[in-house]
Amino acid sequence: MSMPMMHPKRKNPILRTRVMNLPPSARGRVALGLTAAAAEGRLMLQVCMRCSAVQYPPREACARCLSPELHWHDQTGEGELLAVTILRHSNDLYFRERLPWRIGMVKLDAGPTLIVHLHGDVGEAPSRVRVGARLDRSGQAVLIGFPEQEVPHMADDSVLRDMTSDPKFRKVLVTDGKSPVGQAVARAMVKAGADIVWVGVAEPWKKPPGFDELLALPQVTAVPLDVTDSRSVQTLGGELGGKVDIVVSNAEVHRNFGIGSRPGTDSAREEMEVNYFGLLRLSQAFGGALKARAADGPASACAWVNLLSIYALSNFPPHGTFSASKAAALSLAQCLRAEMRQAGIRVINLFPGPIDDEWNQTMPPPKLAPAAVASAIVKALRDGVEDVYPGEVAQEWLERWRENPKVLERELALGGAQP
Amino acid sequence: MSRRRQSYEGVAVAVPVTVPYRRYSTHGAHWFVGQALEALVRESGISKDQIDGLTVSSFSLGPDTAVGITQHLGVSPRWLDFLPNGGASGVMALRRAARAVQSGDADVVACVAGDTNHVDSFRMMLGGFSYFARDASYPYGAGGPNSVFAMVTAHYMRKYGARREHFGKVAVSQRFNANRNPLAVFHRQTLSLDEYIAARAISDPVHLYDCVMPCAGAEAFLVMSEARARAQGLRYSVLRGAIERHNAFADDPVMERGGWLVDRDDLWTQAGVSPDQIDFIQTYDDYPVIVLIQFEDLGFCAKGEAPAFIDSHDLRCVGDFPNNTGGGQLSAGQAGAAGGFIGVTETLRQLTGQAGDRQVRQAQLGLVSGFGMVTYDRCLCTGAVLLGSA
Repeated sequence: MSMPMMHPKRKNPILRTRVMNLPPSARGRVALGLTAAAAEGRLMLQVCMRCSAVQYPPREACARCLSPELHWHDQTGEGELLAVTILRHSNDLYFRERLPWRIGMVKLDAGPTLIVHLHGDVGEAPSRVRVGARLDRSGQAVLIGFPEQEVPHMADDSVLRDMTSDPKFRKVLVTDGKSPVGQAVARAMVKAGADIVWVGVAEPWKKPPGFDELLALPQVTAVPLDVTDSRSVQTLGGELGGKVDIVVSNAEVHRNFGIGSRPGTDSAREEMEVNYFGLLRLSQAFGGALKARAADGPASACAWVNLLSIYALSNFPPHGTFSASKAAALSLAQCLRAEMRQAGIRVINLFPGPIDDEWNQTMPPPKLAPAAVASAIVKALRDGVEDVYPGEVAQEWLERWRENPKVLERELALGGAQP
Repeated sequence: MSRRRQSYEGVAVAVPVTVPYRRYSTHGAHWFVGQALEALVRESGISKDQIDGLTVSSFSLGPDTAVGITQHLGVSPRWLDFLPNGGASGVMALRRAARAVQSGDADVVACVAGDTNHVDSFRMMLGGFSYFARDASYPYGAGGPNSVFAMVTAHYMRKYGARREHFGKVAVSQRFNANRNPLAVFHRQTLSLDEYIAARAISDPVHLYDCVMPCAGAEAFLVMSEARARAQGLRYSVLRGAIERHNAFADDPVMERGGWLVDRDDLWTQAGVSPDQIDFIQTYDDYPVIVLIQFEDLGFCAKGEAPAFIDSHDLRCVGDFPNNTGGGQLSAGQAGAAGGFIGVTETLRQLTGQAGDRQVRQAQLGLVSGFGMVTYDRCLCTGAVLLGSA
């Protein structure tokens, strides 16, 4: 079983902060199907639609019957570990800095042989293992052989810790500490073992319920942060930029208007100021500092979380301007992800359905409790995924959107529900 | 039942050429290929205008292929092949050239393999070596072939009870041979079994002396009719049989046998001989475990019995079962695709009495085996030729 991770020692200030050398990220277009599935925490392999043969490595035609109809399907990943090697030498800098490194060959029960990274709790060959897919620090999918049964402290394994963004022993900034979601996220981070949780406070005179109790936690500190104010964001970036390991961008404004229901642009502008420009200001003030600390030891900077909305995928007319601001934020988050990926910082986008807060008062259930949003964020950080659609509404919208975005658009125009 | 194949009768293989290896070179692959062709012309007395067939094997010619070489070196062949198939290149080139000569498509075929090795070029090549390597093996530790064959070795050891001493005997015997071959990179360094065992681990259970050293260099030979070779006054060998197979036993979860096993009976039948009649063998030795697998699959012992076979034979050039008489790649170095040629050139030297201090006594019949292209979890190309003295 994995040894529980010890608290990292204080950094020696005279040593240079190491820069990030990413693992090999080149992949062919077909292989990106593995990455797309791993971004959601799933292991999918190509399966032949004609003869059912499971294929690996990813390819353009079935190696058994030559059919080009290969579709990505979920796999259990169960199989037999047949051979293991411990690399003491590597041609790549990322691995060279992390030697020795264990890999193995696994014969999946479903057919093909996979070369996989090995979790430290996997023993010698032959043994039963369960293969999963994870995004590595380059943002590309890799396969990992896990022990067949869960064991304690699995997340503390060095291979996994490096690929995921576990909050344990890390320092987190939650950009809005007062909202119900913000409070829940801060509490969840403390529970997950974060060393420090800074919570942003835009309007110090407001004292929402629960906030004083939150501030009473020894790990939690309030910091002034108004994401609509460039100077406020830059000032905090100057103070905390070199310390923050995980940024949770959760500040949002949510009004329930379409186009005709609200004359003028003031509330739409307010949504954009926070939901879109707020993210842009934060990215500029904190992005560079996070990138610079991406390889800074076992508690390095590692992740950026964006609270988006399932409405970012397709406009929900009763919340039309909010949807538009979240769509803008999604597009910017993709840009942020592309830029942060070069340093190995994971950008996680969260697409919740309606959250059970004051601005969704008129929405029928099911609604997502703030605590559920918070635990989805912690889980995403621990699992190393990129895109999360928490809750039943989000899952259903996602399915409908994937099936046919045009049909979903028309359904939403008619009120949202599936006829 | 496929048609019985034509014999390789009447084909002569001659003029073994080696452009001496160096660890790194600032020259490009074209320089090494050019030097090899120049040596073929010089040593055969056949002008380059008369060379009307050409095969080129190289990994570092890019963006050129074989045809770029024709303009670069000013040759105008009527038969051309590009065979960048690593350790199987030599066997594959020889087999194709022999058919070209037999059919009259070419009179004199130059088979050339050469690669350069710049500082860092080996690393640059690994990541983009193949479609599958890029997607499914290089991202896993970037160990290159070391890590893949470490797992093949671990699997073989577990399944068949081989020990490091067995692999060590292969490496140490080859070093004995290399110490008698002035062209070998490790000509002057001896290697004992103790040193082999004590070497640092590279990718367990593969240790330092299980690995070849990437070099720059070239190997080449000529293929023509026996009549032409005699008229030219060349010392030559004859091709007695040849086999080739790709992607055999694809369903074996971890490689433990190769395509030789599919075609070996054909090979021995072509030559009308049995395994106990050969005087020496040049196995492909990217890693010692592959040498053991070839002993089994080519018919010298049963599957899983190579460790016992090694225990009971002397693999040195002076022994009863000489293997890789010039030192093999493990001790002579691996000059890219030329690594697939050294078995052929060394065999030609042995069969024509040009092997100096490492000459196998009364060498009449030799076997060269090829193995190449680790595109994912194993090498795909296998082949073998039997060469006999004229």
